[in-house]
Amino acid sequence: MRPRRWIALAAVAAVAACGGEPPRAPGALRQESQGSGAVELTGAGSTFMYPLFARWFAAYAEHHPVRVNYQSIGSGGGIRQFLEGTVDFGATDVPLSDAERARAPGALVLPVVAGSVAITYNLPQIKAPLRLDGPTLAAIFLGVIRRWDDPRLRALNPGLALPARDILVVHRTDGSGTTAVFTAYLSQQSPEWRQRVGQGTSVRWPVGLGAKGNEGVTNGVRQTEGAVGYVEQIYARQNRLPMAEIRNRAGEFVAPSREAVEAALATVDVPANGDLRLSLLDRPGQGVYPIAAFTFLLARQHMDDCRKAKALVEVFLWALTDGDALARELGYAPLGPALDRAVQARLRSITCGPQRQPTLSTR
Amino acid sequence: MLRWRHGDGLYRGLLWVLGAAVPLLFVALLARLVGAALPALRRFGVGFLLGHTWDPVAGQFGGLPFLVGTVASSLLALLLAVPLAIGLALFLTELAPRWLATPVAFCAELLAAVPSVVYGLWGLFVLVPWLRIHVQEPLAASLGDVVPLVRGPAYGVSLFSAGVLLAIMIVPYIAAVAREVLAAVPTAQREAALALGATRWETAWKVAMPYALPGLFGAVMLGLGRALGETMAVTMVIGNRPEIPVSLFQPAYTLASVLANEFAEATDDLHLAALMEIGLLLLLLTLVVNVVARLLVWRVARRWRAA
Repeated sequence: MRPRRWIALAAVAAVAACGGEPPRAPGALRQESQGSGAVELTGAGSTFMYPLFARWFAAYAEHHPVRVNYQSIGSGGGIRQFLEGTVDFGATDVPLSDAERARAPGALVLPVVAGSVAITYNLPQIKAPLRLDGPTLAAIFLGVIRRWDDPRLRALNPGLALPARDILVVHRTDGSGTTAVFTAYLSQQSPEWRQRVGQGTSVRWPVGLGAKGNEGVTNGVRQTEGAVGYVEQIYARQNRLPMAEIRNRAGEFVAPSREAVEAALATVDVPANGDLRLSLLDRPGQGVYPIAAFTFLLARQHMDDCRKAKALVEVFLWALTDGDALARELGYAPLGPALDRAVQARLRSITCGPQRQPTLSTR
Repeated sequence: MLRWRHGDGLYRGLLWVLGAAVPLLFVALLARLVGAALPALRRFGVGFLLGHTWDPVAGQFGGLPFLVGTVASSLLALLLAVPLAIGLALFLTELAPRWLATPVAFCAELLAAVPSVVYGLWGLFVLVPWLRIHVQEPLAASLGDVVPLVRGPAYGVSLFSAGVLLAIMIVPYIAAVAREVLAAVPTAQREAALALGATRWETAWKVAMPYALPGLFGAVMLGLGRALGETMAVTMVIGNRPEIPVSLFQPAYTLASVLANEFAEATDDLHLAALMEIGLLLLLLTLVVNVVARLLVWRVARRWRAA
């Protein structure tokens, strides 16, 4: 997932330029003057998380001597670098598989925020939002439903005058978490999709054109009447793209939004086995948008360097509490109280140093 | 004397090291690529070259569609760019008055400095829609039924669009080198031809061009090399479909594009190895093209020296 970089840049610039909202603590200047004493953390991974991370870390650095260098190289790269131990933390839109987890025994996989995937389309004559359900969506992306006036689409949209046009599917061609979430949803909704295509950051698409990034898909859809594609929800909203309403388990048609993702989050229970690699797909409940997913932080249960460990734990404890407002502002859905507690407890359990002491007890 | 000889040895040694560094680097690169691609090489063998399927989920990888897409888009680009670039170079050296030649040459060289991502975005937002409406759709509607090469539907992004965009990108390169080469043709050659009563066209075409032919080949190869390796701009306009296209208006995929697209998010070991093998394939393809080009230049040059 890759929302536009300039938002992040603008956010960083805004935070750096005005910084006026919270008045500066008297100690802030002193801390900054001790710049060489700042703790440096490095992270890598999800491009979807980049705008939020940039904003979080910049806001945090204003009052704390912690510099976080986050490289948005993609979830796959983030997982690899984390497993190889070249970064202090990773961020990924796709949770670690069991095999990957076995390679990193002390890895913590913790949800941080959630987002969703929007279905956008180009049907100028349709005024009301298009309505779709999972199996129909799978049939479109499988190439089984090839025209907009297909009876199955008409049955879902009785009020709309769907045109007698061919459907052109536009998909992401660069490996992405957005694709992983979308194909996981289609796999869950359609046995045929699961069998013929499956899920992953890159898959073998039965039909359609491949476009690079959210912007490429958007452009592909805009340029061709009758096109349909999927993009990251925040991106779709910022660019005011038409977004389809998807049928959830309660039978409602829900448009993608932060609120609809928060509704899905509210239905998630913390599992007893403590494995927080959770799914947000097609949660039961009112007002839930079905194509939603978590983004995960990858951290280590034990770190050798106590200064780094402490900084890491504190940054993310701050992000999950005070950082919620910033997340909402950018369109990400914060976890909600129950999950927050579980993730925070896990962060607090991180140990450091030769004695393996709890990080937060160190000075 | 002693000190001098010592200095010579040192100098010679230094140059040897520097000279050996490049081939060594190449060998190291090749070794690393082969090493990283080994799982895929073992698993698929020659089948990788002939395979049509690219399915990261099922772990099935074949590189043929990418190979075909790379070669086809580059050749299409050459087909469009070479006449234009050579024509431009001829015009600048043989015909254009100086007040026109200098700014035109400058503009052409300026085009070469534009970053490829800019070309890509311009291609996606301006060139592709224009080509679709004014070239692809009319062609597909009129000739599409008879000529499979221009059969619709025309989506815009396609092998054709990639070829046109690449052609625009490599014209400045070819033209700049071709102009230098043509300018280096001795004036005596031209004067001799003119003295024998040749027209300016005959002078340019039958005297200057043949004299400059090896250099012109070099210019074309430079353009081809750039076209083969171009990644960003092509990815944006080619449609990225790993199938062998029958029509120019169908989407295709290139070696460089699939690398750029899938590498960052590939976690599966076999997927990574297959991408490494794609990189290896790209390296070997450029190597083969360069060797063939060298041989061609050499043969042509020898024939001209003999004549």
